[in-house]
Amino acid sequence: MSEPKIAADGVNFYYGTKRALHDIRVAIRPHVVTAFIGPSGCGKSTFLRTLNRMNDLIPDTRLEGSIKIDGQDIYAPSVDVVSLRRRVGMVFQKSNPFPKSIFENVAYGLRINRIANGRADLSHRVEESLKAAALWDEVKDRLHEPALSLSGGQQQRLCIARALAIKPDIVLMDEPASALDPIATQRIEELIYQLKDQYTIVIVTHNMQQAARVSDFTAFFWLGRLVEYNETRKIFTAPAEKLTEDYVTGRFG
Amino acid sequence: MTSRYHADRAFAVLGLLGLLAALAALAALLLDVIADGAPHLSWQFLTSYPSRFAASAGILPAILGTFYVIVLTALMAVPVGVAAAVYLEEYGAQGRLGRIIEINIANLAGVPSIVYGLLGLGLFVRALSLGRSVVAGAATLALLVLPVVILATREALRAVPKTLREGSYALGATKWQTTQLQVLPAALPGILTGIILALSRAIGETAPLIIVGAVAYVRFVPDSLWSPFTVLPIQIFNWVSRPQAGFAANAAAGILVLLVMLLLMNGAAIFVRDRYQRRRAA
Repeated sequence: MSEPKIAADGVNFYYGTKRALHDIRVAIRPHVVTAFIGPSGCGKSTFLRTLNRMNDLIPDTRLEGSIKIDGQDIYAPSVDVVSLRRRVGMVFQKSNPFPKSIFENVAYGLRINRIANGRADLSHRVEESLKAAALWDEVKDRLHEPALSLSGGQQQRLCIARALAIKPDIVLMDEPASALDPIATQRIEELIYQLKDQYTIVIVTHNMQQAARVSDFTAFFWLGRLVEYNETRKIFTAPAEKLTEDYVTGRFG
Repeated sequence: MTSRYHADRAFAVLGLLGLLAALAALAALLLDVIADGAPHLSWQFLTSYPSRFAASAGILPAILGTFYVIVLTALMAVPVGVAAAVYLEEYGAQGRLGRIIEINIANLAGVPSIVYGLLGLGLFVRALSLGRSVVAGAATLALLVLPVVILATREALRAVPKTLREGSYALGATKWQTTQLQVLPAALPGILTGIILALSRAIGETAPLIIVGAVAYVRFVPDSLWSPFTVLPIQIFNWVSRPQAGFAANAAAGILVLLVMLLLMNGAAIFVRDRYQRRRAA
């Protein structure tokens, strides 16, 4: 088995005095899709947001334990959070395009990180990212129209394109399709499937069919603990824990 | 069962009465001022200097004085106030310290303007030796409106959705890039509204400027930052306190000029804000 891309060990997380994560230990492999499932409030989103240190933005929070990406502790004092987030992209539950044009949304990350080499390169990279997010054909004639004029599903794919533009290693997705209709959801799922060759993808989802369809590995969270983590096939057909079985068969949750 | 509908209707009537009372007071004031002042408004009035004779007295130095003072006040209060608010809201001073600072700023916003006048006299006129000048007056007014600018800007920054900031940070943006490229543009309409309110307050202030030493009888246009000056409210105050009937009409005309300036200023700011909002939405 290859080296884990992400390795968490003994991770506890606190909002103020409220403990949201208990001793999370998990090793996530590169170039696979890993799904986090579990009922609301179980800590799956919190854990996802520790992986790009998004929780740093919430005042009065605290993390214990270690999280390593490619063997490097991302909570070490020497780590530059800004460059960490460049390597670990994120797509949010509610699509949040900037109130700018479609083009400028994708160009934003390239500009602020000074990645593009001149105007032609910038345009090229924007096009490449929109193609990677399967949005190019729908928007190529209206790149300079406002992003907010797109449909919900298109906006979410734009947010994926925006995340891909800066060429991260890892893409975190926090319930990326929960606000979308079934057809838009299907397009996002197809996209996730295509992206895993190039990226390590971690997706939080409420939708168990979605986890079963798109992921290779699944982690089941319950009350801030990681109950079970295994190949998705095993989690859904032969879980080791009774709790997991009850959840995936819909007996609660 | 119908009593709650009666209560509903009664409240609507009560609200309407309140609105009418407020409007009636405003209308009475406006009509009275227009009746007294409008006949006296003329190009000559707008372009003349004060005089001992009511008929030939004009308001030019006060108009230009007000203009210079307000522009300088904005130049001083807006950058400092916005920067302070951005720091408080985006960078530091969260939690307990932030709340203490916030309460104090809110308190400062309620301090009577004459107190700022005394501060301006001690600090700008005397200690910094700026004298009884345009710049000392503007600096005093800038201090006066600074808390209002800070509070309004913080409010506007707070209304920017968290998802916008997260979207930017998630792409590897620094705090300043996020603030400058996403948060400030999104907050700009709210910030502009706050600035309009603050400068509207400043343009009508009299007491602090009297203390700082604006003079009522100015027979020249301010020609530098260190020049003595007058402003519209002081000119009006001076005319009102004279016994001759002609000066009362001058004062009414002066009030009309002040109202028009206020209206133009607010109108311009609202125009800029709406245009900007439309451009972002488009």
